[in-house]
Amino acid sequence: MQHYLKFQSVSKVFPGVKALDSISFEVNAGSVHGLLGENGAGKSTLLKILSGAYIPTSGEVEIDGKVRRFHGTKDAIDAGIAVIYQELNLVPDMTVEENLLLGHMPLRHGLIDKKTMTQVAREALASLSGEINPKSRIRTLSIGQRQLVEIAKALIRDAKVIAFDEPTSSLSDREVQKLFSVIKDLQGRGRAILYVSHRLEEVFQICDSITVFRDGRIVKSFDDMSALTNDILIRNMVGREIKDIYDYRERPHGERLLEVKDLTGPGLTAPASFEVSKGEILGFFGLVGAGRTELMKLVFGAEKPVQGTVSIAGKVMDASNIGSSIRNGLVLCPEDRKLEGIIPISSVSDNINLSVRRLFSRFGFFINRGKEAANTDKFIEKLSIKTPSSAQLLMNLSGGNQQKVILARWLSEDIRVIILDEPTRGIDVGTKSEIYQIMYSLAESGMCVVFVSSELPEILGVADRILVMRSGKIVGSLSRNEATEEKVLKLALPVSGNV
Amino acid sequence: MSANETVAKKNVLKGLWDNAGMLVVFIVMFCAISLFVPFFFTWRNMIGLALSVSMVGMVSCTMLFCLASGDFDLSVEAIVAFSGVTAAVLINLTGSIVIGVAGAILSGVLIGLINGFIIARLKINALITTYAMQQIIRGVGFIVSAGSAVGISNSRFFGLGSGNLLSIPIPVIITIIVFIMFGILLNKTTYGRNTLAIGGNKEAARLAGINVNRIKIVIFTLQGAMAAFAGVVLASRMTSGQPNTSTGFAMDCISACVLGGVSLSGGIGTILGTIVGVLIIGTVQNAMNLMNIPTFYQYVVRGLILLFAVLLDQLKQRKSV
Ligand SMILES: Nc1ncnc2c1ncn2[C@@H]1O[C@H](COP(=O)(O)OP(=O)(O)OP(=O)(O)O)[C@@H](O)[C@H]1O
Ligand SMILES: [Mg+2]
Repeated sequence: MQHYLKFQSVSKVFPGVKALDSISFEVNAGSVHGLLGENGAGKSTLLKILSGAYIPTSGEVEIDGKVRRFHGTKDAIDAGIAVIYQELNLVPDMTVEENLLLGHMPLRHGLIDKKTMTQVAREALASLSGEINPKSRIRTLSIGQRQLVEIAKALIRDAKVIAFDEPTSSLSDREVQKLFSVIKDLQGRGRAILYVSHRLEEVFQICDSITVFRDGRIVKSFDDMSALTNDILIRNMVGREIKDIYDYRERPHGERLLEVKDLTGPGLTAPASFEVSKGEILGFFGLVGAGRTELMKLVFGAEKPVQGTVSIAGKVMDASNIGSSIRNGLVLCPEDRKLEGIIPISSVSDNINLSVRRLFSRFGFFINRGKEAANTDKFIEKLSIKTPSSAQLLMNLSGGNQQKVILARWLSEDIRVIILDEPTRGIDVGTKSEIYQIMYSLAESGMCVVFVSSELPEILGVADRILVMRSGKIVGSLSRNEATEEKVLKLALPVSGNV
Repeated sequence: MSANETVAKKNVLKGLWDNAGMLVVFIVMFCAISLFVPFFFTWRNMIGLALSVSMVGMVSCTMLFCLASGDFDLSVEAIVAFSGVTAAVLINLTGSIVIGVAGAILSGVLIGLINGFIIARLKINALITTYAMQQIIRGVGFIVSAGSAVGISNSRFFGLGSGNLLSIPIPVIITIIVFIMFGILLNKTTYGRNTLAIGGNKEAARLAGINVNRIKIVIFTLQGAMAAFAGVVLASRMTSGQPNTSTGFAMDCISACVLGGVSLSGGIGTILGTIVGVLIIGTVQNAMNLMNIPTFYQYVVRGLILLFAVLLDQLKQRKSV
């Protein structure tokens, strides 16, 4: 088989960071090559070089035996490369079909040919998922649906090399399986595919070969998947053994602390009620779009409830007053990092201390740089945030490290109840297990942890009790002991759906 | 290895350009003008230059906050004129300087408050809101003054604008104090940091418990107050309240900020940069006057400078994507 895509000692240096150090490997046509590695290992940087977004400091990219130099993303697109980024790049106020064909809209008599446009879009979308209407605006779609639009874009361009940067982090299981069948199909048609993910089970399911990165270097390449195990991969990625990434710790529960009663509001189809005790980790599972994020925003006060109350230790919270929620120790680490979490043009330190700095400041007004710096250093260490300095702008951090910074922002607070909405999205295995440990110790010190996740194994592995949501309402509650994959899924799947 | 070194060197240069690019531009420009334009680098002219930028300087401080939070304020120029007229009318009416100054500043506070309320609470675009407010206030200024300058009878009031302290004009001293105050506000207080956070990502700031609306209202209120104060100083210098003064003043302040590296899309801005921006604008103006360049050409040059500033902003943003 011929090597279709080849990296030839590619290096990339940023101020203070050597993101890639002499990377060489090749990918065959008709194969799926997995890229694994810790947060900040350099995976996305490599894909950005492939897409023409970055110019390598040294080294070369070869496609089909020819050295190609890209001076911009257009060059790469013309060379038949499509990269589907970790952070989606869609125009929110345009329709799906306009986004799909942006840059090469079909024309008739010099005007946009809407009919052809719709048809092309519909065909591409149909091979992924029939649910998306080409006429809807991107803004109205869920993150999962937007991801599918991105993939459809690559399909329309008929790219020869397709690179996926954590494509499944926001997809439901069903959508993941659909994506895999699309990838298998592309593979059958001789495309060279690069696949970045932190989910090892996916990598085993879809990849023919794997390269593991650490600190910008290749640790090891594996061509034979049959001899490979989870443990070997983890050891190569993290550099140490992790026996059980959940490593669940049993703990006693105290009296009831958080009480949500008959809460209704946007995104919910029935009043939601639940309680959490001190020391408890309550998991929320549901498919993408089940209303978990909406419910959490109502609880936190980021959205105005139509009715219902949230109380902590018997004290009713001020409805839709985020400031008062935080002051009462109720915090939410939001799901959508890019839109709701990061301040890209601010430093790591400013991002971490965004909310908690009021506690460090004098009269709530004059900030205390010393305390802020100490807090920043503490979390850079604790969550192993990879950054050259605490003054680095957040946009220069890798996706997973940005997520850690947002987590640090909320862990800095004086918490009684913490709601974590998909906290491990885009986070590497090693840090994931650290985050679970942090959740256990928060609970052990008497806090409530509300943990929203679309990854069933981690919900089953970490939560003491699981609430399942389906189309805007809570449909079931399972204790840790009774919860199994089947039971949870049965509750979460639409009643009519037979998947 | 040598490739790495050149990269490192390039990065150092880039960092210098990002942080101090306009400062270097200013220093080079200042030296060149000192060499080639006679009478430029003299104590007298330096004092004149400082005096001429003092009002833009003061209001650029509040404009910096406004832009850094991702908003605009075009109403300041009308506030300057209106507060001058208000001060003049009140002083003539009551004979009290205190009442005149307080009344003028209060009117600015009120206008700023209304701006802030409309923009933050009613979620109306800041550009449109403050442009409308500019028209309204300009109009009210003409109505109150009956369309012509209102001479001020109490000459003790003129000390504010024309007095000296240690042979430095009072307005210049005030401007320096304002710069220091707002530098502290921006860098050392939660108010300043939160302002930048709002400009950087409003939703993230809101979800972090920052009261976005309140901060915006404070920003516009302070802006109104500062513009009104500048208007009082100007009236004192001109010994009258003039309803038609300071057209284009808002854009001068915005250009100064942008020249100083404040991002038009919010989230980025430094007080040092703003000072440099103000000085660049003032120096160019001053040099053109010394060289007797006709007003018509001065307009062209000022326009070009603004264009240059916005281009710079664009370039910086493109790089950061
Ligand atoms: N524009 C940039 N400026 C400076 N440093 C950068 C820039 N982009 C990436 N880096 C640094 O390069 C390193 C590699 O980042 P990259 O995004 O490739 O990691 P990654 O492997 O994709 O991680 P993740 O799993 O978290 O997505 C990181 O240390 C990051 O901080
Ligand atoms: Mg990445």
